[in-house]
Amino acid sequence: MATQLSGKAPRRARGEVLHDGFLRHAGFRWLKAATLICILSIASYMLVDVTPRHNGGSWYGYTMGTIGVLLILWLTLLGLRKRAMTRGRWSLKAWTSAHVYLGLSLIVIATLHTGFQLGWNVHTLAYALMMLVILSGLFGITVYATLPAALSNNRAEMTQVQMLDAVRAIDRQLHDAAQPLPHDKAALVRQSLEQDPFGGTLLSRLSGRYPRCATAKAQAALRHWTGDQPDTGNDPLERIDALLERKQAMLARLRRHLRLKALLEIWLYVHVPATFALLAALTAHIVSVFFYW
Amino acid sequence: MTDRVRIAIVGSGPAGLSAAARAAQLGLSHLLIEKTDHLSDTIFKYQKGKHVMATPSQLVLRSDCDFEAGKRESILDRWNAQAAEQGVNVAYRCEVKAITGTGDPIPGSIQKIVERKRDGTTDTKEIQRLAPPYRLSLSDGRDIIADAVIMAIGTQGNPNLMRVPGADLPHVQYQLDDPAAYNDEHIFVVGTGDAGIENALGLAADEAQGNAVTILNRSTEFASAKAANVKALMAAAETGRLSIMTEATTAKIEPGFITLDSRDGEVKLKCDRIIARMGSAPPRAFVESCGIEFTSGDRLAFPKLSPVFESTAPGIFVIGALAGYPLIKHCMNQGYDVVEYINGNRDLKPADEPILAAKFAALPEKKSVDQWLEFLRGNVSILEGLSPLQMREFMLDSEVRAYRKGDLIFEKYDPGSSLFGVAQGQALVEVSPTLNVPIDQGSIFGEVGLISGRRRGATVRAGADSIMVEVSRTAALKLMSSNPPAKRAITRISTERQLLQLFGAGLTPADLTEVLDTAEIKTVKAGEHVITEGDTGTDIYVIRVGSMIVEKKIGGKNVFLSYLPAGSYVGEMALISGGPRTATVKATVKSEVIKLNGDAFARLMAAKPALLERARRDMASRQDVNAFIESRKDSFSTVVDMYSETAKFLVDNGIGEATDVLLIDEHLCVGCDNCEKACADSHDGLSRLDREAGRTYAHLHVPTSCRHCEHPHCMADCPPNAIHRGPDGEVFIDDTCIGCGNCQRNCPYGVIRMDSVPPKKPGLLSWMFFGQGPGPGEPSKKWRYKNAEPGVEKPKKAIKCDMCSGIEGGPACVRACPTGAAIRVAPEDFLTVARLDREAN
Ligand SMILES: Cc1cc2nc3c(=O)[nH]c(=O)nc-3n(C[C@H](O)[C@H](O)[C@H](O)COP(=O)(O)OP(=O)(O)OC[C@H]3O[C@@H](n4cnc5c(N)ncnc54)[C@H](O)[C@@H]3O)c2cc1C
Ligand code: HEM
Ligand code: SF4
Ligand code: SF4
Repeated sequence: MATQLSGKAPRRARGEVLHDGFLRHAGFRWLKAATLICILSIASYMLVDVTPRHNGGSWYGYTMGTIGVLLILWLTLLGLRKRAMTRGRWSLKAWTSAHVYLGLSLIVIATLHTGFQLGWNVHTLAYALMMLVILSGLFGITVYATLPAALSNNRAEMTQVQMLDAVRAIDRQLHDAAQPLPHDKAALVRQSLEQDPFGGTLLSRLSGRYPRCATAKAQAALRHWTGDQPDTGNDPLERIDALLERKQAMLARLRRHLRLKALLEIWLYVHVPATFALLAALTAHIVSVFFYW
Repeated sequence: MTDRVRIAIVGSGPAGLSAAARAAQLGLSHLLIEKTDHLSDTIFKYQKGKHVMATPSQLVLRSDCDFEAGKRESILDRWNAQAAEQGVNVAYRCEVKAITGTGDPIPGSIQKIVERKRDGTTDTKEIQRLAPPYRLSLSDGRDIIADAVIMAIGTQGNPNLMRVPGADLPHVQYQLDDPAAYNDEHIFVVGTGDAGIENALGLAADEAQGNAVTILNRSTEFASAKAANVKALMAAAETGRLSIMTEATTAKIEPGFITLDSRDGEVKLKCDRIIARMGSAPPRAFVESCGIEFTSGDRLAFPKLSPVFESTAPGIFVIGALAGYPLIKHCMNQGYDVVEYINGNRDLKPADEPILAAKFAALPEKKSVDQWLEFLRGNVSILEGLSPLQMREFMLDSEVRAYRKGDLIFEKYDPGSSLFGVAQGQALVEVSPTLNVPIDQGSIFGEVGLISGRRRGATVRAGADSIMVEVSRTAALKLMSSNPPAKRAITRISTERQLLQLFGAGLTPADLTEVLDTAEIKTVKAGEHVITEGDTGTDIYVIRVGSMIVEKKIGGKNVFLSYLPAGSYVGEMALISGGPRTATVKATVKSEVIKLNGDAFARLMAAKPALLERARRDMASRQDVNAFIESRKDSFSTVVDMYSETAKFLVDNGIGEATDVLLIDEHLCVGCDNCEKACADSHDGLSRLDREAGRTYAHLHVPTSCRHCEHPHCMADCPPNAIHRGPDGEVFIDDTCIGCGNCQRNCPYGVIRMDSVPPKKPGLLSWMFFGQGPGPGEPSKKWRYKNAEPGVEKPKKAIKCDMCSGIEGGPACVRACPTGAAIRVAPEDFLTVARLDREAN
């Protein structure tokens, strides 16, 4: 390659630029580690003979339980790690990678810990909550792996603020264009103007469908009125129609943007609260085991 | 009418005002002549409420007017009051149009004025200087006769004026102080640079003002403005907030109307106000016409001055920003000093004496400041041509240090853009573990970093007990622009060393004589070809400044082959294997190349088999790349296209001049903005990056964040020299920033913002468990306002990415990205075929 006299920063290792996402981090290091843990756990479960049968209370069960609890506590610490901008050579990507794979290995560890003895009690509640956290996590990595490219394509170099500005700019033109309209027609346009682009139910946000969209309604009504008139090129309604069309397009982009962002975030609203519920249930589980056995 | 005074002072900025105040205190007859209707126009024009800073803090103020850091308004009020109290005579609204001597011709004193024309030719005029007293012709028709003249007109110059009928009407203005002051007007903005665009956007920003704003452009493009501004303008036009008229020029101005020449012929439009922002002409021409010579033809050059600020026209003194001292404190001290001198005080030590004394204090020998300056000037060859005043100024920006034999001066791969001069002793350059090249007293080293802005190429130690001067990049650039022999010496040495380093250890300076004698330094514009595929030619090019890309036409398309940073060479293939050029090499940014004559180089290679061997190896690896791309072209043509397009996109976005840039892989970015939050939390609560804004291509996003340019545009015009390149190659702004905003305007990538440090946030745990404070990331304006320390005014300073220098672990944005989307790369690492290979798999 090119001959250079100046070298590279020793700070940056060569090849770092051939970067990996968190799932492939360091050649799937944590996937390998987690797989190994699972294999060891299953093998030892088979090999260790616990009488009368495997359960949480045996020495083997205690060992698996301790590993599980420590793992859960460590997994919870990701929330702290993400926000504490301390110095040092750590990378949140590596943490997330380990979090995902070690978190998944909990399925094996915790299940083996139970010895498949489940029932309607606080112990099983903790187990169920854990599975809920893990399932939401699985949903999380699915969206993390599939949606970013769509988010990027949809925004086409626009920022969220710019999208909003664009909607507002069309609104201003709509406002001016609606001045000569009779009252009832102006009212429809006004409804579109008063519409909050961020409004709508959570369901709308996640599905991207806004059946009660005032802009869509205004345009439908407008088309109804103008449907049987010929295009003259200087009817204010035609101009409004064109503006509403543009607004719809802009709104659609904004809504796709919000939808994708919501999908990328919504699962954390299950993952994190369920984590805290899990910690509470886990405490109850441990306390009850030791004090009320 | 003609008045006679002892001292005429032109310009009432801090320099002129301080001079006038001293003259008034000494009871000297004087007149302070000011073009505008107020004192100190430069400061008057600062943004309202700007916090003016008093740097350098260790410099004592010596003036009859007070000055300390504070709001623009309070400083101006104070000066107005003090000027009145002390009986300063001011003539407002008088522009000095000409200054000529009234005495006899001064024998042998002829002023040569070189006028550069647009077509590149020059015109030389000669003027015989006349002895003082001087006649100053004022714009109001008055003449003033003065024994001594103090020029303190700053560097603002005059705005370029409109030259159409009606241009002198009162509604044509050349400045816009407060865009909010105009309502319901039809306003035309003339001029499509950044100033014009910013004004137009400002006037149209608030719709409630009801202005109809039109910006006129004589062509169809906005070539002289920043991309971000142009984008904002286009967006504003698209949403109907303002209109852009292209290919339109002003033909006539009448009260209430403007007539334009446009594509559709002449049109007359309603117009209440015209804001003309067509740049300004620097004051140099006027200054030269007064008989004042500049140190060189360079754009950055300042007037030639004696140690007491006297110019080449005897009796005319130049001080302040015009003399090369843009800080207010310097200006004021000089005003005082120069009047004392004119009044006969010859013992006054300059106010910067203690600063210089401190610089020399640590040296082993004891000498006075003047002795040290003379010692350095006499011992370092490139400083020879400096005047004592220039020497003082030079030392203010430089450092001098003593080293013991064997001490480390800098290490290979250290970043650093300073130049070293050996004032005593010797430096040893460790070219290889077994070879040390000595650099003797009088010579220089470290110049490659200065010129190419890249890391140090070798470790240097002191070869004997030595004294070295370390010249900062700014001081070195000033030196080169003000002293042509110094520039030639530095260029020759740096070219020689660059070749020696580039072509390996076997060569000696003597071998290079022929090549050097035929070498030529050429400036290449961005996009210009150095080598064109298919051409004949055997010259070799060494990239001295900037960077290049190599492209080849494959199947009718330009395919990107490689990126060449400064310090690389190209062109050896045609020389070694003959035949036409096999690829095109073009500049990504304005660059400089050393063109080596092919025949001379061929003879050198013939004489030095090691060099030939070396060149062959480089050629072979390049041929490999070409072959690789060719082979991939059929099987992965889309991948190759993508690679070329991506490379082009990155180069278009300034990666060609970057040394380190933040990229975001939008296949991975989940938009959590943790990078921004981490940035804020690692830097006083202010984020230096805007993740979402910026360009994207093929899911590769270049966020708005500093690229740490090889030749940072932001450094160009920083009055306190607050911008430096730090130990990891980062470009950073230090605490001496005075918040003038020049760097923000100069950065083409819009990555600098002006802000004040927000109040301290409660800790992370109190936020997590008790909900205290705003949480991670940059606090909202509201929170900042509510929690601001009452009564304490925090100045707005320039902030930008510093690559988290000094923070262990490196850039916070990268560390804090949960998915690995954020990466920092050097372009030469990123734009390699290795990527292509991988993407193909
Ligand atoms: C936005 C901004 C912020 C800054 N902030 C700071 C800061 O915080 N601290 C700091 O130390 N420095 C700061 N500076 C730098 C500083 O303001 C200037 O370098 C300084 O004002 C220069 O002083 P001066 O007296 O040499 O010239 P100027 O202040 O430029 O004054 C020149 C005067 O001469 C008048 N004039 C020009 N031509 C003629 C003529 N032909 N006839 C008559 N009069 C004429 C002009 O109207 C003007 O009033 C800042 C600069 C800018 C642009
Ligand atoms: C019991 C097990 C787990 C616990 C207690 C747990 C807990 C947490 C916590 C506290 C966070 C921090 C969220 C935040 O502050 O933003 C988090 C984030 C996350 N978790 Fe888990 N988690 C578990 C299992 C898993 C599993 C199995 C997966 C994947 C399959 C997973 C994937 C993730 C991801 C992708 C993040 C987001 C990282 C980010 O965007 O910053 N988690 N988890
Ligand atoms: S602030 Fe702008 S000009 Fe300065 S180094 Fe960064 S990108 Fe380059
Ligand atoms: S860093 Fe920027 S704002 Fe600060 S003084 Fe320098 S040029 Fe002005």
